[in-house]
Amino acid sequence: MKWTRKDLVALSDLSAEEISFVLDTASEFKDVGRRRLKKVPSLRGKTMVNLFVEASTRTRTSFELAGVRLSADVVNIAAQTSSLSKGETLKDTAKNLEALAADLIVLRHSAAGAAHFLAGRLRAGVINAGDGSHEHPTQGLLDVFTIRERLGRVAGVKVGIVGDIRFSRVARSNLQALVKLGARVTLIGPPTLVPREFERLGAVITHSLDDVLGDLDVINLLRIQHERQKAGFFPGTGEYAALFGLNAARAGRLKPEALVMHPGPIHRGVELDGSVADGPHSVILDQVTNGLAVRMAVLYLCGSVPPKEEA
Amino acid sequence: MSRTGTDRELADRVALEAAIGRLADEIAAALGGAGPVFLAGIPTRGVSLAARLATRLERRGVACRRGAVDISMYRDDLGLREGVSALQGTDLPMDIDHWDVILVDDVQHTGRTARAAIEAVLAFGRPRRILYAVLVDRGGRELPVRPDFIGINLPVGPGRRVRVRLAETDDGAEGVYES
Repeated sequence: MKWTRKDLVALSDLSAEEISFVLDTASEFKDVGRRRLKKVPSLRGKTMVNLFVEASTRTRTSFELAGVRLSADVVNIAAQTSSLSKGETLKDTAKNLEALAADLIVLRHSAAGAAHFLAGRLRAGVINAGDGSHEHPTQGLLDVFTIRERLGRVAGVKVGIVGDIRFSRVARSNLQALVKLGARVTLIGPPTLVPREFERLGAVITHSLDDVLGDLDVINLLRIQHERQKAGFFPGTGEYAALFGLNAARAGRLKPEALVMHPGPIHRGVELDGSVADGPHSVILDQVTNGLAVRMAVLYLCGSVPPKEEA
Repeated sequence: MSRTGTDRELADRVALEAAIGRLADEIAAALGGAGPVFLAGIPTRGVSLAARLATRLERRGVACRRGAVDISMYRDDLGLREGVSALQGTDLPMDIDHWDVILVDDVQHTGRTARAAIEAVLAFGRPRRILYAVLVDRGGRELPVRPDFIGINLPVGPGRRVRVRLAETDDGAEGVYES
């Protein structure tokens, strides 16, 4: 196949073949990171704007480094310093960036659908770096990349995703990619945070981590946000950790080759204990390295597709 | 890449074999029989040709290693083509310094592929020399990049396509075809 998308908005848009195509491309870009010269000229002369309307350090840094390694000129705009804080609409901000000849816009926004909205209105390529509770496609891709690299396959792999599924764009993007590539996904967490609707997307739901722990090939622990506790979705971090935290005792019941994943930043002692995060099952730092390769692949592919004629 | 009825044969299997033999002779002579040399095939057919050349060079007493150099990330026409093709994989030694590297491709046309390949190789280090071998030179250079070794000259006008068919990668009889 050939890649023909100028945008990456959601993994729900992509076929299994397209997802595998991005993963294969990312493999090659991971190799680039091992060369003496870690930079390729693919996006030389192109301008990429990191438009982060919602704060983020790690995703923004990863995209920034990916753009730099592809030789793009990279500009960062944070919400606090942009005209969006003066009341300019997202579309006007983006149109202004396009008037400055931006070729790629990487958008992080608190509203679901923000990337989709811009993608349909701009000639520039739009990469979703997280839109509200909707999707975080590059995180989904890098998680699946890490599983495929470590276990050699995705089809048939038993993946447990633990925590705040309801509000998690990471969970949604993971679920999309994993189900399309044939993994068996179990969503785990308190009923308030793991709604039954997710069964329709192809997942199995359980509210007991201990029931399924020993059967998993991969356990992906999502970050628990304190706002959720304040809103009453779970009683307290202590109780959450007791029921759903991956402590040393639980980690001892994992299969020997099972992978422990976390999108970061980790709350040690809540989602998982420090000894587990640093232990033999953990691939958390692989995820960071692979995130760079996956983002290079996505920017390379979308940035190499000719722009739309008129939006 | 399906064959059409309009394909015209420019060289048959025997002529193609002879061209590969000539390339091996020229390379062996230029290297003074010494080596070692690294044959970097440009995918897809350059990789197969590098393998065939390596066999012949070993027979002539030249020590060879071989690999591949994918030029996709170094192209000068990204964003001008409809759709992005899959990357094909690069396999070059990490200790490329002090090697003689020979780029191997099937058809020399504009010179843009060779330029990109030179840049790709230099990302791995500083080889002693980079040389360039093509099976077919069809003419039509757009950059000042000239092969060091040419198997066969088959000048063809602009707007035509020259394709090499090899058993490893293609259906049909081996040879060089114009379409």
